[in-house]
Amino acid sequence: MGRDTENDLRQQFEQGPQSPPGKKAPAMMSRERLLWAYRTMQIIRQFEERLHVEFAAGTVPSSVHLYAGQEACAVGICAHLAQDDFLHITHRAHGPALARGADIVEVAKEIFLRADGLCQGKGGSPHLHDKRLKLIGANGGVGSGAALACGSALAARHENTQGVAVSLLGEGACNQGVVLESLNLASVWKLPVVFAFENNGYAEATAASYAIAGNDLAARGPAFHMPAQRVDGRDYFAVCDTVQEALDRARAGDGPSLLEIKAPRFFGHYEGDAQKYRAPGEVEELRRDSDCITWFRRRVLDEQWLGPAELETIDSETRELVHEAFRKAMSAPGPGPETLHRDVYAGNL
Amino acid sequence: MSIKSYRGAIRETLGQELRRDEKVILIGEDMAGGAGGGGEDDAWGGPMGTTRGLVGEFGRRRVLDTPVSEAAFMGAAIGAAAAGLRPVAELMFCDFIGVCCDQIINQAAKYRYTFGGQDSLPLTIRTTMGAGQQLGSQHSQILYPLFAYFAGLKVVAPATAYDAKGLLATAIRDDNPVVFCEHRLLYRQREEVPDEPYTIPFGEGRIVEEGGDVTLVAISRMVSVAQEAAKTLRAQGIDCDLFDPRTIVPFDTETLFDSVEATGRLVIVDEAGPRCGTASDIAALVAEELFSDLKAPIIRLTPPYVPVPAAPELEALYIPTAAQVVAAVKKVMEY
Repeated sequence: MGRDTENDLRQQFEQGPQSPPGKKAPAMMSRERLLWAYRTMQIIRQFEERLHVEFAAGTVPSSVHLYAGQEACAVGICAHLAQDDFLHITHRAHGPALARGADIVEVAKEIFLRADGLCQGKGGSPHLHDKRLKLIGANGGVGSGAALACGSALAARHENTQGVAVSLLGEGACNQGVVLESLNLASVWKLPVVFAFENNGYAEATAASYAIAGNDLAARGPAFHMPAQRVDGRDYFAVCDTVQEALDRARAGDGPSLLEIKAPRFFGHYEGDAQKYRAPGEVEELRRDSDCITWFRRRVLDEQWLGPAELETIDSETRELVHEAFRKAMSAPGPGPETLHRDVYAGNL
Repeated sequence: MSIKSYRGAIRETLGQELRRDEKVILIGEDMAGGAGGGGEDDAWGGPMGTTRGLVGEFGRRRVLDTPVSEAAFMGAAIGAAAAGLRPVAELMFCDFIGVCCDQIINQAAKYRYTFGGQDSLPLTIRTTMGAGQQLGSQHSQILYPLFAYFAGLKVVAPATAYDAKGLLATAIRDDNPVVFCEHRLLYRQREEVPDEPYTIPFGEGRIVEEGGDVTLVAISRMVSVAQEAAKTLRAQGIDCDLFDPRTIVPFDTETLFDSVEATGRLVIVDEAGPRCGTASDIAALVAEELFSDLKAPIIRLTPPYVPVPAAPELEALYIPTAAQVVAAVKKVMEY
């Protein structure tokens, strides 16, 4: 029985890069920034790979949604964010949280639902949130962050901070009512928002090519009177270029933008997902040909922006960092009963 | 001090809070009205006239008219509150909660808790409710039981102009999400209300009139229905201790319990529906805590278990009446 794939993400990738190769965006090209980008992507990758192993071993509570394969999206976005900017994220939270600078130990502890996790064990993996970093965790149904981001942007404008709200969304969210409403609202109010859709080809078990009318997410931008760009999310530098443009526009007061960043996810929607909806060999092929970290290495080494030895140093340092974070998280205590009633309200009821 | 309507008291409070705190903003449909049109600005001043005049003083960066998109603008109000503003968002009819339910019950209510206490959400959601204008099933409901279900929200239902002013000020100054429920038949209720700002604490009900025979609990517009019944009953020698809780969450159990301990009898009249509603909740609380003080079964007076009908004859059968309150009180007095 043939599968009606209708130009799914893998087929699109087979046709070649999804956007022109990234140029040298000067601000992103210092050695320091390149080293940061590589280190951060490696931390995320190794963290998620380790979590995959731990979940299979039965040590991870609740449900986790892994980000491996999409690192260049979050890291490319966070490379540009300032302190006054907001990043609204989804349930696929680990990568974006680490990219934004959340403490790896606090993140690990929250995933393992420990007392001193990022959210005191109250939220868990899908709700990673750090107010200090303006890292706004997933809250509500799919796509709800798009509206919350309009609120962050409204506040930033009210307070005159030049802050921009980036709403990271899965492509599945582009059909959710609140997202469509938020595209309109941000446009009508000319809010400093960037709606950054990560199109990893699947909303849970259903392909984007099925769910999105016309299979063209970026086309929705102009429908709401905002510029839209398609980006190849395997190319860190292409992500950087596009994000820079969108943020500049927002900061200049010219309103919101829509980005469709195409990048594969290497694991299932959640851990435990048998992924039967994926073609045989699909994941192996993506890991081989569409790994953003491989692309990054190749580019920086070819252009001699960085050397192999320093990349290897980062590889082993990040391995150690992840190992240590898991050790601490897995041995930390859970929350005590006295915390059950804490923080339902600010102040007394 | 001057005579103000419930509507006017709300409008006055909004103006005073907008003046007092630059972080207060209003968000909703037709808060001003006239946006984008060729006619007047402030063309409506709110669907119920509660925000008239405010855009003139505060401008469209503080009084924001929205497209018809409750999910987006309620979500934006939540996001703005988390980022440090103090939004007062209007849900035009509480019946519209269907299109922003996730925002209110999953996001606003649970934001602080889910994120481990990192944030406060100083958000006020004003909404209208109640039957009596033949607006039919989807524009006449009382939904505060729904809001009260969700830990993390505070729920307020003032019955008078005086209470509306003080409780709204408290709501706006509270660092938690507060749903402020305005009964549309109360907008014209008039009484003496101080001109200067004041606050009324949440969780403090008021004894509207004292009596030793039966505790009569009434919420929102049912307070005036209960007052009418209490007058009839007093003439017949039955004195009601009429208790208006004013806030559903937090709820003033202390005053309620003191009253029932003294009277031993409880009748609750509520315009919210009969199943899983506030009347049932109050009855259960009292039955559990004060069983040995009760001399009679508790009676809940609510509308019947039907959607709100539009025709006036049917609507009159839907809304609890003073006559029904009188009959219920006499019933518990038989024990």
